[in-house]
Amino acid sequence: MKFFLKLTYMELKLQLREPVALFFSLAFPVMVMVLFGFIFGNEAEERLGGYGQVDLSVPGYIGMVVGTIGMLSIPTTLANYRDLGILRRLRATPLGSSPVLWSQVAAQVVMTAAGIILLFIAGLAIFDLRIPNGNLAIVPAALLSAFSFFAVGFVLAGVMPSARTAQAVGMAIFYPMLFLSGAAMPRYIMPDFVQQIAGLLPLTHVVILMEDLWLKGTWNLTSVVVIAIMLILGLVISRFTFRWE
Amino acid sequence: MTQVIEVRNLHKTYGGVTAVDNVSFTVEEGEIFSIIGPNGAGKTTVIESLIGLRQPDSGSVSVLGLDPQTEARKLGNRIGTQLQEAALPERMKVWEALDLYASFYEKSVPWAPLLEKWGLAEKRNSQFGSLSGGQKQRLFISLALLNDPQIVFLDELTTGLDPQARRATWDLIRAVREQGKTVVLITHFMDEVEALADRVAVIDHGRVIALDTPDNLIANLNRETQVLFSVPNGFQAARLENVGGITAVNQYGQQITVSGNGPLLANVAAALAQHNIAPADLRVQQANLEDVFLALTGQTIRN
Repeated sequence: MKFFLKLTYMELKLQLREPVALFFSLAFPVMVMVLFGFIFGNEAEERLGGYGQVDLSVPGYIGMVVGTIGMLSIPTTLANYRDLGILRRLRATPLGSSPVLWSQVAAQVVMTAAGIILLFIAGLAIFDLRIPNGNLAIVPAALLSAFSFFAVGFVLAGVMPSARTAQAVGMAIFYPMLFLSGAAMPRYIMPDFVQQIAGLLPLTHVVILMEDLWLKGTWNLTSVVVIAIMLILGLVISRFTFRWE
Repeated sequence: MTQVIEVRNLHKTYGGVTAVDNVSFTVEEGEIFSIIGPNGAGKTTVIESLIGLRQPDSGSVSVLGLDPQTEARKLGNRIGTQLQEAALPERMKVWEALDLYASFYEKSVPWAPLLEKWGLAEKRNSQFGSLSGGQKQRLFISLALLNDPQIVFLDELTTGLDPQARRATWDLIRAVREQGKTVVLITHFMDEVEALADRVAVIDHGRVIALDTPDNLIANLNRETQVLFSVPNGFQAARLENVGGITAVNQYGQQITVSGNGPLLANVAAALAQHNIAPADLRVQQANLEDVFLALTGQTIRN
């Protein structure tokens, strides 16, 4: 167990030494929150059910953190480790393959949690964030969403020929999804047909799952199923596509 | 002597291309065993089969009495490896790498003395990406020795190093052997093999085409010795033709090359002394492992 903790802790230290990755997974969602918060404010509004704009955006920002880490951090990190021969060196130890992969998952779960906690700290400190119902259920929901997006990240890392393409393709898939899903801006301002397309995106379901738990304390089962299917597909596909070198 | 590695009829193909073809050899405890061959000859595949990274298509491999495929973890605890094209994360510090890798083994030696011994003590807080080529290689050797292994596998350890760093690395490899460890050394530098190896296997197109001590390989080549020197103007090289052992004499102006067998240098020197000639820049050229290698593998350039 000691080696697993060391490996995970080391991975976290390495993530924290990577300024670009750090910016996208930790700072960017907070920046978006602060930016929109200053534009729209967080006054309680009748039409928003007594909440402010920032209060309602938190579930989306959680989706943003989960998606950024799953689709940008993980594929880039793993493909880079493979390209440089870092995975190859690790395999030449008695460690075996699963601790290497699980330590990556564990470290990225911590990063996701850190990203979400930073959102709450910024929200509470700057915008007097109101925390509605069902607030603790977002923890298992965020974990499920994270695992599901991490699995997609493992698929991307395995399928893409290099770290550069993994990063480019990750961005090409993630950024349109980010803006359509309601993770960065509310879906209700979008035209109907865009909302319909958005309904097909996995990240939208993460945002819906979070919103329902956040505001009503209820689990949206459709979204849970969509996210779970993506998790299972991701695990199965990455099982066959992951490459160590 | 105890055999620590036994390879029998090893075969490995990748998508129809034969990488290793019926390779057999044994390695004795405490020796430096070298594997040389042109690029793409199958050297790395052989090593990877020995340490359990590749599954052979057929044939048997036994390392320290263990099967690298089914007893990988047990074997991994008793061998050390430095692999070609393997690396550490750029931002990992030297001490962190040693501390982390030490935790992967059932038993490990303290890493601080290793750092000292391999001249990395000052670099303990440096990130891997900031190390020079030689420092990286020394770190890889340190990592390979963390578990006090019985066999150390070194794959193209000195590729990309400058001459000073290469020579320094040779001393380090000798030091590893002096600790009683067996060393398996893959290289394509002939001088490295001549300087270090007790025995050498030449691999080409996936086959072992020669296996012996470097001296025997050179002797078996039956290549003539050449003595080269310059003489004052007017000396006729033809005057040397009766010297014992000489098969050919060539003269280009003042430069003379004498080819032959036996104690050629002594005979030529004696003959020159007889003629009261003091030769300038006298040197002897003998066959070396590179000649053996070229004779065995041909001289065509490959990718």
